[in-house]
Amino acid sequence: MNASPPLLSLRGLHKRFGPTHALRGVDLELVPGQALALIGENGAGKSTLVKLLTGVYAPDEGQILLDGQPLRFANAQAAQAAGIVAVHQETVMFDELSAAENIFIGRQPMKGPRGFRVIDWARMNREAQQALDQVGAGFAATTPVRQLSLAQRHLIEIARALSQQARVVILDEPTAALSQAEIRDFYGIVQGLKSRGVAVLFITHKFDEIFAVCDRYVVLRDGASVGSGAMDKANEQQLVALMAGRKIEDIYPHVPDQRGEVLLQVRGLSHPTEFDGLDFELHRGEILGFYGLVGAGRSEAMLALMGLNPGVTGNVKLDGKTLKINEPADAICAGLAYVPEERQRQGGILPFSVMHNISLAALAGPRAAGNERLSRGPWLSHAREQSLAARMIERLRIKCAGAETPLSGLSGGNQQKVVIAKWLGLNPRIVILDEPTKGIDVGAKQAVYQLIAEMVAQGLAVILVSSELPEVMHLAHRTIVMRRGLQVAEFARGEADAEAIVAAASGLDGGNAPRQALSASAHAGKAYTPELAA
Amino acid sequence: MKHTAAFISRRDGVLLAIIAVVAIAVGLRAPVFLTLRNALDIANDSAILAILVMGQMLVLLTRGVDLSAASNLALTGMLCALAGRAWPGLPLPALLALAAVIGALLGAVNGVLITAFSLPPIVVTLGTLSAYRGAIFLASGGAWISDHQIHPLIKGLPRETWLGLPALLWLALLAVAATAWLLRWRREGRELYALGGNPSAATYAGIPVNRRVMTAYTLSGLFAGISGLLWVGRYSIAFTELAAGYELTVIAACVIGGVSIAGGIGSVTGAVLGVLFIGVVNGALPVIQVSPFWQQAIAGAVILFSVALNARSQARGVRQILETKHTAVTAGVAA
Repeated sequence: MNASPPLLSLRGLHKRFGPTHALRGVDLELVPGQALALIGENGAGKSTLVKLLTGVYAPDEGQILLDGQPLRFANAQAAQAAGIVAVHQETVMFDELSAAENIFIGRQPMKGPRGFRVIDWARMNREAQQALDQVGAGFAATTPVRQLSLAQRHLIEIARALSQQARVVILDEPTAALSQAEIRDFYGIVQGLKSRGVAVLFITHKFDEIFAVCDRYVVLRDGASVGSGAMDKANEQQLVALMAGRKIEDIYPHVPDQRGEVLLQVRGLSHPTEFDGLDFELHRGEILGFYGLVGAGRSEAMLALMGLNPGVTGNVKLDGKTLKINEPADAICAGLAYVPEERQRQGGILPFSVMHNISLAALAGPRAAGNERLSRGPWLSHAREQSLAARMIERLRIKCAGAETPLSGLSGGNQQKVVIAKWLGLNPRIVILDEPTKGIDVGAKQAVYQLIAEMVAQGLAVILVSSELPEVMHLAHRTIVMRRGLQVAEFARGEADAEAIVAAASGLDGGNAPRQALSASAHAGKAYTPELAA
Repeated sequence: MKHTAAFISRRDGVLLAIIAVVAIAVGLRAPVFLTLRNALDIANDSAILAILVMGQMLVLLTRGVDLSAASNLALTGMLCALAGRAWPGLPLPALLALAAVIGALLGAVNGVLITAFSLPPIVVTLGTLSAYRGAIFLASGGAWISDHQIHPLIKGLPRETWLGLPALLWLALLAVAATAWLLRWRREGRELYALGGNPSAATYAGIPVNRRVMTAYTLSGLFAGISGLLWVGRYSIAFTELAAGYELTVIAACVIGGVSIAGGIGSVTGAVLGVLFIGVVNGALPVIQVSPFWQQAIAGAVILFSVALNARSQARGVRQILETKHTAVTAGVAA
């Protein structure tokens, strides 16, 4: 099976971003007709590796060999021309353009005499439709992408790869937002790519997917490849140990059950298009997990609690008293704090110093009960600001050269701690953390988990919105599962195994599983394989 | 116009209806407003604005803005007027080429500063807005080039009539057609939409982002340069404060026409309607005898009102997470 020579080899790749050493020696080989699983935790360097392979970044050290020849991609187009195509984790698409234009952007078929060559729209739409039909997409190539779901966008990206005659296809967590039925269609597509002799690099942290479609694996940890081998000789425990470099139990702190009285009571929280009928309670000293696929409406519900999502109906009670939340100030005054998912866009201000980021909420925020006063009369007290920053840096063990360091100079994990510190400055009673460990390394994750444990030990209540199943399973006292805007299940800690929770989130627990338009075309996904080679 | 009518969107339809309502309302009070003669006057007055709007639109599509357009117009106009005074034998094609080259160069300076130093377009073009204005003073020594000193061919061009229509209108139509062709039929045009809509995705897709941004600013400059020659000819004068502040009218026309300041959205049809809207409002106010002191204020208020109306209709669609009857129906059809 390993007779064919490698199509693409990576030798000792290194990449640094300022103080961060993102990749420190990656070796791997891709063979035509085989799928290689690239496994690693968030922050292990997988996305950086993809960017090196697709020409978005250039490596600082090491070689990329295609057919044994060393390559340096000047830009993304050069990588595509060499036949390396990536399907990205978060689809990178042009919303205002049609599916066909997204498939052919930068290489539209042209017609007409030299000097007056124009885009051949008819041919482009026709060929795009063929590529879309091959992957079993049930929509027209002329549909604007903004009207399509996440799953449908993934199909467009795969169609793009197919129409480019790709020799290497990189699938970067392509199933993160797909339902279970869609994932099975997706396996068929991967098998089809393999049978055409394409080398597939499959990046995911879902083990069932790896075992279903991959032939070999490489494990990445802290930016270096730490193990590789044939899939059929591996088992899950082995891979987990390689990925984490330690046992899972050591990563998660023990959070004892010290729940107090009901703090927050939510009844019938609804939004016209985003979520409907959410009912839950949050106790003092509790971690309440919100699990679901990407786009299940969890963040939208949290934004609603913070008064950031207009058009919401329902009843929210704090300490048994009805709480009117019309704008963020109402929520903050009541003692709610929200640490958003997109740290850089919604959370921290990168050019500001650590100190100014930490004092921001306490300064600008409304006069909450526990709000620390940073001003003396009408003037800002620099001393008080410094003291708050110093206490937070110590309490959260933020690694930085000093309170004056700009936030942009900190690593991802420490940036996240600063954003959390900002809200702790308001002395909140309820902290909502939205994907708090997204894109940070294992060490930083551990620190964030420790911090969460400390917060609840001090009597705070935490809502943990996360797409990382182990995170909610180990930390949360209770986990609410959302699917397509609905609250579909609730599990107490230790009550359910991973399969049951994932099944609830992706709609496989029987009953009225919602199906998207995409899954209706399930058969087409399997039928496409033979014609492609022709 | 028949061609573009096929692509007319609902938004453009509404704008067209508003323009028609304004025109008819004014016409009821002053029937002279609805004559062909007046329509041609408005079209003629709007021609230079239309050319400038085409350039500005290309830049807006890339998430940029060209605040230096009016300064570029004035500087190019002044340089052409000086050249015309110095060499009275210059033929018209040479004058047009001179305007195009100077304008394109001034635009390219914006492009280089923005792409090579990764500077924000608003800062760069605000800088060149002042710099180009200052350069006019340096070039002319602060003097006016008045009617009798302007090259006869520069003065003659805006007064020509070709095939029964004013030359200005023909030139504007040419600029509109060229822009429409670029945006619809050329890769470069589609890529302007792409990189304005999602800059990081554009990099991933291998679009030469900096080259395309350069193209947009250079073309904006080129259109501004040609407009400079036409402006000087039409008003028979060149001086330092020529068309000062006009860039705001240009941007307003784009925004009224539905070109998004946030990039990636906009159509030639919409932009042309935006120009017509401003032309009709500006043409209507004197006709219904609004005092000139009020005219500017009213024109501004009307522009703000229509922009606000647009912003509402362009508000981002809500995320559809819950299942709806609509999606269920689609699934049924696909099966």
